[in-house]
Amino acid sequence: MTAAPLLEADDLHRSFGATPALDGATMRVWPGEVVAVMGSSGSGKSTLLHCLAGILLPDSGVVTYGGRDLSAMSETERSALRRTDFGFVFQFGQLVPELTCLENVALPLRLERIRRGEAERRAAEWLERLEVADLARKRPGETSGGQAQRVAVARALVTRPRVVFADEPTGALDSLNGEKVMRLLTQAARETAAAVVLVTHEARVAGYSDREVVVRDGRTRDLTRAS
Amino acid sequence: MSIGQVFLGLLESGPRHGYDLKRAYDDRFGHVRPLHYGQVYATLSRLLKDGFVELDGVEQVDGPERKRYAVTSAGVTDVDRWLSTAEKPELYLQNTLYTKVVLALLSGRSAADLLDVQRAEHLRHMRELTRRKASGDLADQLVCDHALFHLEADLRWLELTAARLDELTKRVLT
Ligand SMILES: Nc1ncnc2c1ncn2[C@@H]1O[C@H](COP(=O)(O)OP(=O)(O)OP(=O)(O)O)[C@@H](O)[C@H]1O
Ligand SMILES: [Mg+2]
Repeated sequence: MTAAPLLEADDLHRSFGATPALDGATMRVWPGEVVAVMGSSGSGKSTLLHCLAGILLPDSGVVTYGGRDLSAMSETERSALRRTDFGFVFQFGQLVPELTCLENVALPLRLERIRRGEAERRAAEWLERLEVADLARKRPGETSGGQAQRVAVARALVTRPRVVFADEPTGALDSLNGEKVMRLLTQAARETAAAVVLVTHEARVAGYSDREVVVRDGRTRDLTRAS
Repeated sequence: MSIGQVFLGLLESGPRHGYDLKRAYDDRFGHVRPLHYGQVYATLSRLLKDGFVELDGVEQVDGPERKRYAVTSAGVTDVDRWLSTAEKPELYLQNTLYTKVVLALLSGRSAADLLDVQRAEHLRHMRELTRRKASGDLADQLVCDHALFHLEADLRWLELTAARLDELTKRVLT
């Protein structure tokens, strides 16, 4: 792996009122690797992901992306960064119900002011890659959970992000559909050299990663190291 | 896992007679299969020959004379190595893993570390199977899936045990 980490979180602390969600979390993400963030419910995995992605700011500790301190950026800069460099896949409910699947996948490109024809052409390619090209004209409500998740993966990758943040992306799926989503997600990420931060409490899902970071009571234990 | 390793672990808390050892073993780990005396004495004489235990004294109260055994520093090193090395992820490990956790707690070692090391080893193995599955045909996939589901069950047990360590520590130490 290359020398410099893409994302670095150092000794993060973050509380919600009196609840400490992160209590000394440290992790690094190198370009193109798939890192699983594991741990039991309430251990702080999602909070860590939100801090890494600049959605939440830590109370103390530093997150840098490509050497830039996320806390030092303005909110406008951070949200621009999220649109151009990051992609997101959540457990469910992330597609806009009024739009077709094709329009959903094209949306991040449209927000970057790419004209409609070009955006939809690229979106169609991604639907094809995720093996759901036939859903282009359907609305999310007319698809199964597994299909909707593949559309969501296409939408996360269409902008060619450097990092994909996936929080329990298979949490609502059965084994077979979960496997399919994981296989397609990691394959597409590897082909485009995107890193993946994969939050999951399922070991079989973590099996698709290169290494894992374990979160316990807001603290990280990193037993495997990127070499 | 061998009976000898468990004996060494039990002897770390102090010298014992063969009979005591059998009772301690049966109490803690013998739910399924208690030891025979034959096994106890064969194991002890092998440990003695290997230098992992030594005679700590012989007593005769009333009845037969009883030898008391103590663990040697070579024996402690052997327990250390065993408890800090992850088991090769195989089917039906529960017994070994449970025993290692209890002995770690009894001897004041970190059971959390032991569980973490084992979890990492299990995951490493699951990654290998996941990769093999990606390049295999349907038959390979099904064989790998079977192994993956079993490893996942072990891992869930490791996690649950990690979450219950405080409770288990209290139980084991009283
Ligand atoms: N917005 C919030 N407001 C208040 N408390 C929160 C908030 N988000 C998280 N927490 C608390 O912070 C702790 C860590 O939560 P987090 O969502 O990061 O855990 P998690 O590991 O993702 O859990 P799960 O596996 O259940 O999703 C929990 O105690 C949770 O209740
Ligand atoms: Mg969460």
